[in-house]
Formats: sequence, structure tokens, C-alpha cells
Amino acid sequence: MAEDLEVIIKKYKQGRREDLIPLLQEIQSATGYLSEEAVVRVGSHLGLSTTKIYGLATFYDQFRFFPAGKINIRICNGTSCFMNGSQAVIEKFREELRIAPGQTTRNGNFSFDIVTCMGGCFHGPVVLVNGEYNIRLRPEQVPDLIKRLKYIIEND
Amino acid sequence: MEDLKTFLIQKVLLFESDTLPAETDRVLQQVRRDKTDVAVIHVSSNTSSLIAGADKTYNSIKSYIEDNEPDSVLVKVGCVGPANYEPVVCVQLPGKNKLFFRNITEEKVEPLLNGVFHNDINNEDLLGQVGSKGFGLWPGIPFMNDLPFFARQKRVVLGNCGCYDPESIEEYIARGGYRTFIKTIRHYTYEEVCDIIERSGLRGRSGGGYLTGLKWKQALNTSSNARFMICNAKESDPGSFSDRTILESDPHRLIEGMAIAAYATGASSAILYLKCNSGHARERVQTAIDKAREYGIIGHNIYSSGYNLDITVRIEPGAFVCGEETALINSLEGKRGMPQLKPPYPTASGLMGKPTVINNVETIMNVPLIMQNGPEWFRSIGTEKSPGTKIFAITGRGRMSGVVEVEMGISLKTILDEIVDGIRDGKEFKAIQLGGAQGMFITNEYLDTPVDFDEMRSRGIGMGAGGFVVIDESTCIVDMVRYYMEFIRNESCGKCIPCREGTGRMLEILESVIRKPANEESGTTLERFKGVMQLETISTVMKDASLCGLGQTAPNPFVSALKNFREEFEEHIFDRKCRANVCRGLRTFIINVEKCTGCTVCAGKCPVNAIYGTRLQPFFIVEDKCTGCGICFDVCKFSAIIVK
Repeated sequence: MAEDLEVIIKKYKQGRREDLIPLLQEIQSATGYLSEEAVVRVGSHLGLSTTKIYGLATFYDQFRFFPAGKINIRICNGTSCFMNGSQAVIEKFREELRIAPGQTTRNGNFSFDIVTCMGGCFHGPVVLVNGEYNIRLRPEQVPDLIKRLKYIIEND
Repeated sequence: MEDLKTFLIQKVLLFESDTLPAETDRVLQQVRRDKTDVAVIHVSSNTSSLIAGADKTYNSIKSYIEDNEPDSVLVKVGCVGPANYEPVVCVQLPGKNKLFFRNITEEKVEPLLNGVFHNDINNEDLLGQVGSKGFGLWPGIPFMNDLPFFARQKRVVLGNCGCYDPESIEEYIARGGYRTFIKTIRHYTYEEVCDIIERSGLRGRSGGGYLTGLKWKQALNTSSNARFMICNAKESDPGSFSDRTILESDPHRLIEGMAIAAYATGASSAILYLKCNSGHARERVQTAIDKAREYGIIGHNIYSSGYNLDITVRIEPGAFVCGEETALINSLEGKRGMPQLKPPYPTASGLMGKPTVINNVETIMNVPLIMQNGPEWFRSIGTEKSPGTKIFAITGRGRMSGVVEVEMGISLKTILDEIVDGIRDGKEFKAIQLGGAQGMFITNEYLDTPVDFDEMRSRGIGMGAGGFVVIDESTCIVDMVRYYMEFIRNESCGKCIPCREGTGRMLEILESVIRKPANEESGTTLERFKGVMQLETISTVMKDASLCGLGQTAPNPFVSALKNFREEFEEHIFDRKCRANVCRGLRTFIINVEKCTGCTVCAGKCPVNAIYGTRLQPFFIVEDKCTGCGICFDVCKFSAIIVK
């Protein structure tokens, strides 16, 4: 991981302030999250204090400071999905996984995020899991879906 | 491939006259697959069709034609419009008109293609045909343009969407693309381009309606050694997807538009500011930019014109407020995306303190068309003060949904009745909401408002960036307002106190309205009503004292909802009733004595022990204890529990 970090940082040799966000984005897409080590290293490269970087990264929704779960579930809460009952689906996921949006379960298997509008407005609520879109998901289908995902993780 | 590239550059892009020689045109027809000897099948492949299962359809068609019709060509195209018809499949048999089929899921592929290849097209999923000169007509089949969904539209900006493979620059050039840009940089000066755009009367489509040409001129007239052009594709209103559809279906025209805009403002660096998690849009746009670079359309000294241009894609890191231009600039500079006081406007001092022009995707998409057809052509569409067309992303409870483009001046009622075709499931219409989380609710009373910047402003309606949500009676307005407020509360950047605190307080009050009071005695009803009165005060303060548009317009949904649906708020407060039966906190459940078998499941699951009874006898719910969580409703296998 440390090597990955060096490779990415090398791409931004000039170390300008405006490189900060793309740099963090690239680190996150390579390693899945922003570790303390990464933030400190970026700080020393750009000549910025760690607090400044944390201040920036926490402002934006995209950055996470813990690894996402093996399976990241993305639930759409756009207007149309909301009108079709996405709140109940989100509630059900919270209940079943016992985590809040943006968190990861303790065993590191699941995490879930809420996004606004994926573009499947006629088919709401839309839930994206493992690259597969689950459309018109009803809250009562959630336990089965999670059971299926657990099975996938166990047999992986 | 290399030959085609040289051909396209030498014979098409660099060809001076407007009409191409017949010989060239014949080759282009091949590239466009207009006249082919084999069947061509188009499958839509943007996000909304993928959600509906278009990739499975694609694979299924692929294996079918490999087995049965190996000569046929299969192409992935963009979106044709109606999202509820996805996945849309279009089949063009040699010498015949194109046929469009709707909702072609995996299992429908085989019967469909079996029929089509044996000239039996009587299929219940047949939408219509699209014809052009010299192609065989399918008798008795309606034309797509006569379908109500398309008949009232004027697809100019979206004209290319769904017609070509967005990953193929060759096809775009064969459709006349990039020629306008090359002509522009070779024959026009910066000022002339600004002038043409200003004369056309093109206004910013992100809601403000500022004259685009004027904005460009301001940036051009600010003396500086560098300028920037930014295309704002950060469309993160909940329920708005028109920009993404454009990026996925026609990325090349956007790049051409950006290139012309950058040239007109004298910028040698253009940035496409894209929403994070934007699905396929990012890959499509990146591919398009790489291809354009390969063709020398962007790069150093473009076609010996002496003009240099570089287009980069920057991904927005996830903050709604970054759609505001000064916040956007801050985030590009590697800072927190917080808005700043204007003036100075970005056209005077923007990114890195240099003059910067920021335009929305839809505005940019109009630019190549205006340069190609002239400002008079553009003025002939739409109304006098707002020429051109407007794109809406229609969602919600309408019978049709998807991305539509209408001529300015059309009334909202026409869009609702003819294009959207009324409300789904025979429900009653309640309102439409324009412009995402900060838009207004528009009821029957204002439905005859024409789509026009000034007309709408005079009625106090904001046009917004293109969200068009159809709301029916099954949606609770109070809950809807709470949803928007929650969204804005989460997205407030925290710079100005009226917005940071105001959105939080407003959300708290709205949440108390949709919940049953814990204690009935101490005049809570009165307090809750007082809360609503205070909401109005907070709204005024937020409107007056917030810095950016997000804070100023945050109370809009509430203000318009209270104006139009006051009785619904009162019902929630005084009667503790939600007429749409949406607000969970206000629901009360009763047990239907005749259906209840006394299985005790609900009593066991009730978290507050509000259900009593004897085994195998009908149970009953104690209303005072019930919190309306709905668990009993969900677990009852005999549908014995009903919502009151």
C-alpha cells in the first residue's frame, strides 16, 4: 500500500495546492479509503498541515476514512426513489446491517451509502450492489438480498 | 482504421465548403451505417437503460446474432428519451426504416429477433418507425415523431442522442461533427464568436438565464495572461439526470461546444467538472476526449490555426454546494467548496484569480448548433426573450418519464398532459416541482405558465436546471418538504449561519409535524402550529441573509407548499392525519376482527406491547400506545391489519 501511495504521489510532482483533491481521489480509488498514513504523507508532499487536509476531506462526501465493506451497497434516495418508498428500504438496511449510511460492519463485509439519483427513476427504489442494479426493491425483499450477499461472501 | 482517420481529417474536417462532394458523402454513409446491406441493431446503453437491464439484452442479442445472423451489426447507442421504455432496441433491416421496440428484456430478445428477421414485426412491444428518404416504409406502423411523447418535443440539442455510438468519434464526424469547431477557429475571431452567440440570445440554462455571449465577452475583455473555461456538469439535484444523459449519449458535441466556448473566451484550458459517482458518463467523456486528442481536435496548434486547447476532466468530490460557481472554483483550487461573495464575478477573477467562464452542459450543447446554423436560426425557435429549447428530466408519478426537450414558450400543462401523458394508475394530479431541491411546487393554478425565463420569473417560479417532478395524491407534501429540507441540511456548507442553523431548525420543526406528539396534554398542538409560523420567519431570514443561492432558495419548497397546501399542514398538526398515508408517525392501525385469526405474531413483534388479545381470538391495538411503526402491518399474513 505504501508503494501504491508513492507511485500516485510521484504523478503529482509539482505538489500544488490544486492537486490536493485529485490526489486524494486517486489514493482513495486505489486503496479504498484515506488512511492516516496517506493523509500525513500527502501533507508532507504538498506542504500542508494534516488538519487542513482532514478539514477538506471531511467537508466532501466522497472521502472515507475507513475501508468500505467487501460489498458496498448504494441506495438511491433521489426524488423519484423517495416517492416510491426508498426511506423504508434505507431503514430496513440500517436495521438488518446495524450500521448507519457511510459506515462499515464490524466484520468488514458490508457498507452502505446513500446517493441522490442514479437515473433509474421509473424503476425506483434502485439499489446498486456488486455492479448489479436491484430495481423496485421492497423493504421486505431486503433480508433475502442480504442473505444472498452473505452467501456470496462466504463462498468467495 | 488509419485510412479512415486520414480520410476524415483531410476530406471532411478540413474541407472548406459546406456541402461535401457526393463521393465523400458515400463513405460517410457507410460510417453512419445509413445504407448497409446487413441488419443493424441498436441497443440503448446509458445508465437508465442499464438499470433496466440493457447489458443483459445486449449480451442476449449478441449471442443470438452470432448463432443466427452472423452478418448483422450490433451497436450500443445513447438514450432516445423515454426512460420507462428502457431497454429500447432499434432494428434496421437493409433498405428499410428503423423500427423501435420498447422494454426488450433478456427473455424477449429471441422471439423479437425471430420475428423481425422473418419479416414478422407484429410485436406488442413495437413503438414505431423512424424513416428517412430512400428507405422502405413499414405500412401501418406509426412514425416515432407522431407518438404523443415525441410529437410535442423539439429535439434539437438532443438530436444526436440515441442515434449514434457515443464512443465513436468517426460516426460523430460523419454526422457533421467538429466541422463547426474547425471552421470557427479558422475563420472567426474571438470577438466574432462572442458576438454570434450574443446575437442568438442564448441564455444560461442552469436557471439564472444570463446571456451567454455577454458573459463570454466580459471574460474576454478582462485583460489577463490566461483564461479558463469550465463546463459545469455537476448536476446533483435529487431527481435530475438530463446532463448525465447528454454526457452519456452525445459526449462529442459537448466537447465541440466546450472547444468553441474556450476559443471564444480566449481560454487555452478547459475543465469539465463532473459529478462523482456519475456512472458511465465519466468513461464515455474520457474516451471522447482521448479520441478528440488523437484526431488533433484538441491539442497544440489545432489544424495550424495557432490555437492551443487542452480539456481536462475533474471529478467533484461530493458536495452539492459545489454547483455554485464560486464554490466550484474553490474546490478546483483544492479548498473547501464554500461560496464567496460576488462581485468579483468569475468572469473577472475566477480560477487562480484569472477570468473564468462557467457554463452549464445544456448551454454548451447549444453552442455548436448556433455556430453551424447561425443566430437567426436559433432566434426562430422559442420565444423572443428566451430563444431555443429547454431540456427537462421528467420523473415522479407521470405515465411517461425520461429526458425531453421542448421549445421555449410551451406551457407546463402541455408538457404534463401530452408528453407526460397524465398521471400513472389513474391517480389525481397534485403538483409539479421544477428545479430540484430548491424549486417551487406548481399547482393547477399556474400550469398554464409558459416555459420562458421572464414569464416564469414574473410569476415567481424558478425554471431550475431541468428537474421536473410530477407529484400525485399518493405523495405527502409535508413529507416531501421534509425530504428536501433534509437534503439541503446535509448539503449546507456551513459558512453562513442563517443557512447552517436555519436548515437544521426547519428540519426539526417539520419532523415534529409529521410525528405524533409524545405528550398530548401540554398544548403541544399549539406549539407545533407555532413552529410552522416560525418556519415562515426563518424562511425570510434565510432568504435575506444567506450568501449563495443554496441558502437563499432553500426555503422555496416550504414556502410554496405552505402557500398551496396549507390545509395539508393543518391536517397534520390538528387532526394528526396524513391524507396520503405516507407519514409513518401519524398512522394508526386497527385490526379487522373478521380477518384476524389470533395467531399472536403481531403481538409478539410489537416493540411497545400495544397489541393485546387471547390466542385464537381476534386481537386489538391500544391506540394510545401505538407508535405507528407499522411492524404489525408488515408481519400480518392475513392482511387483517389496516391503516386508518
